[in-house]
Amino acid sequence: MNLFADAFAWILNPGNWEGRNSIPQFIGEHLWYTVLAMILASAIAIPLGWYIGHTGRGRDIAVAATGAARALPSFGLLFLFVMIGGVANRDSSVMIVLALLAIPPILAGAYAGFEAIDRRVIDAARSMGMTERQIVARVEIPLGLPLLWGGLRNAVLQVVATVVLVGFVRNATLGYPIVQGIQINRFDQMLGASVLIIVLALLLDAIFALLERYATPAGVRAGRNRDHRTSSTRRRAAGGATPASTEKEMSV
Amino acid sequence: MIEFRSIEKLFPDGTRAVDDFSLVIPSHKTTVFVGSSGCGKTTLLRMINRMVDATGGELLIDDENVASIEPVRLRRRIGYVMQNSGLLPHRTVIDNITTVPRLTGVPTKDARARALELMDTVGLDRAMAERYPAQLSGGQQQRVGVARGLAIDPNILLMDEPFGAVDPIVRAELQQELLRLQRELGKTVVFVTHDIDEAFLLGDQVVILEKGARIAQKGTPEEILANPASDFVASFIGADRGKRALSIRDVDGERVVVDGDGNLAGRLTEPGAA
Ligand SMILES: Nc1ncnc2c1ncn2[C@@H]1O[C@H](COP(=O)(O)OP(=O)(O)OP(=O)(O)O)[C@@H](O)[C@H]1O
Ligand SMILES: [Mg+2]
Repeated sequence: MNLFADAFAWILNPGNWEGRNSIPQFIGEHLWYTVLAMILASAIAIPLGWYIGHTGRGRDIAVAATGAARALPSFGLLFLFVMIGGVANRDSSVMIVLALLAIPPILAGAYAGFEAIDRRVIDAARSMGMTERQIVARVEIPLGLPLLWGGLRNAVLQVVATVVLVGFVRNATLGYPIVQGIQINRFDQMLGASVLIIVLALLLDAIFALLERYATPAGVRAGRNRDHRTSSTRRRAAGGATPASTEKEMSV
Repeated sequence: MIEFRSIEKLFPDGTRAVDDFSLVIPSHKTTVFVGSSGCGKTTLLRMINRMVDATGGELLIDDENVASIEPVRLRRRIGYVMQNSGLLPHRTVIDNITTVPRLTGVPTKDARARALELMDTVGLDRAMAERYPAQLSGGQQQRVGVARGLAIDPNILLMDEPFGAVDPIVRAELQQELLRLQRELGKTVVFVTHDIDEAFLLGDQVVILEKGARIAQKGTPEEILANPASDFVASFIGADRGKRALSIRDVDGERVVVDGDGNLAGRLTEPGAA
C-alpha cells in the first residue's frame, strides 16, 4: 500500500535520523520513560507483592485493586493528573500514570509467583529451621521469579504503548511524531512512528520472554521435562494484560 | 527423652486435635505413632519442633520445656523427614542435604564432604549429588529427605509417613535401611504412620492412637499383639484376622500353622530347635 510505503520512506529518510527531533532521539526518550516508569513501579510493586505473597495479608485488597486499576483509562488519567499537578509538573504526572499502569501486572506476578509454590516445600523449609527472611530469600524469591518476570513482561508492554501519550504533553517520545502528524496531516509520520513503537514493543517482549525463561530455576525446568502437568494455567492467570491490549492503546 | 505432659491442642477453628496427651519417648529408641487418618499424629509430631504450639500442657526435651526454646534454634537441632520429602526443587541433591548445616555456619566444603558420606549412609549413589529432585525417583527423593534430616547429626529425628508415597517394594527396602541406620546411629526417632505393619516392624515403642490423639494402647509390638487392650486395638492391629490370626492344625502328627484366611503360614517347632 502507498501509505505503508510512505511510512517506511519516513522511517528510512536519513534526514529523520539526525539532529533535533530525530528518530533516535524519540526512541531514546521513549525507552527512557519506559525504563523509569518500570523502575518506579517495580520499586513499589515487587516488595509489596512479595509481602502479600509471603504473609497472605492484604491479598483480597490487592486482587480488587489490581483488577480495578486495569480498567483505568490511561488517557483520561494522564490529563487528570496533568491538570491537577499543573503543566510545570507534567513529567511527574506522566511518570505517576505510567507507574500506576505498570503496578498491577508486576504486583500480580510477584504475589502469584509466591502463591504458586507448593506449600509443602515452604513448610519443609520452615521445619528445617529457616527464618522467615531466609524462606523468602532462598525459597520463595527464586521459585517465584518466573511468574514475576511474566508480570514485568506484561507491564513493560503496557508502558511502552502508553508512553505514546507523552507526545500530547511534551515534544518527546515516539508519541510526538504521531501527535504532530495528526495536527499537520502527515500520515507517513504517524504510521512510521507507530511501526517503530510496534517494533520496540516486540523487541522488549522478546527480551523479557528470554529473561522469563532464564529465570526459571534449573531444577524446576528439569521437572517440567518429566512432568507436563506444570502450571501453564497459573502462568497465564498471573499476567492478565495480554499483548492484545497494546494494540488497543496504540490506536489512541 | 521427650516428654508430653497433658498436652492439648485446640486449633483456632475449634478442632480439638489433641486432648490431654501424656507420653514419655525414650532416647535412642524408635517410637511410632500409629492411627487412622485425622487422629492427630502429625499434630503431635510437629509439636516437638514447634511447627505447632500446644495450647495446653508442657512438652519437654531432656527436661527443657520447648516453649522456652526459640523455634528456629529448636528446629535446627531436630531432623525432620516428611512424606513428599519436601526437597527444595531448585536445589541439587547435595545442596538440599547441606541446607541446614550451611544455615548454621558450617563451611561449605565440610558440609559437602559430610553430605557425600550421608549419601552413602542412606544408600544413594554419589553420582546423584548434582541432580535435581525432579530427576530422582520417589524412593531416591525419600533417601535424600532422610539424609537431609541427618545432616546436622541431630539427636532427634522426626519422620512423618516418610515412606507413604512409594511403592510397597521400595517401602520395604527403605524400612530395612532405616532399621540398619538406627542400629548404627541410635537416634531418638519419632515415626508417624497409619500402617500397623510398619509400626510393628520399626517401633521399639508403638503408640496406637484414636481420634483426638487418645492413646488406645502403648507398648512393644509383642505386648500389644499378645494383649490387645480393647476391641478397637484388636481390630486395628488385625489380631482377629488375616496373617495375625494364626492357629495350629494337626497334619499327620506334624503341627503346622495356618493364618486367618486358611493359608499355610509355617511349621511349629519348639524354641531352640531348628
Ligand atoms: N491447621 C489446622 N487447623 C485446623 N484443624 C487442623 C489443622 N491441622 C490439623 N487439623 C485437624 O486436627 C486433626 C488432626 O490432624 P493431623 O494432621 O494431626 O492428623 P493425622 O493423624 O496426621 O492424619 P493423617 O494420617 O491423615 O496425616 C484433624 O481433625 C485435622 O483436621
Ligand atoms: Mg499426618
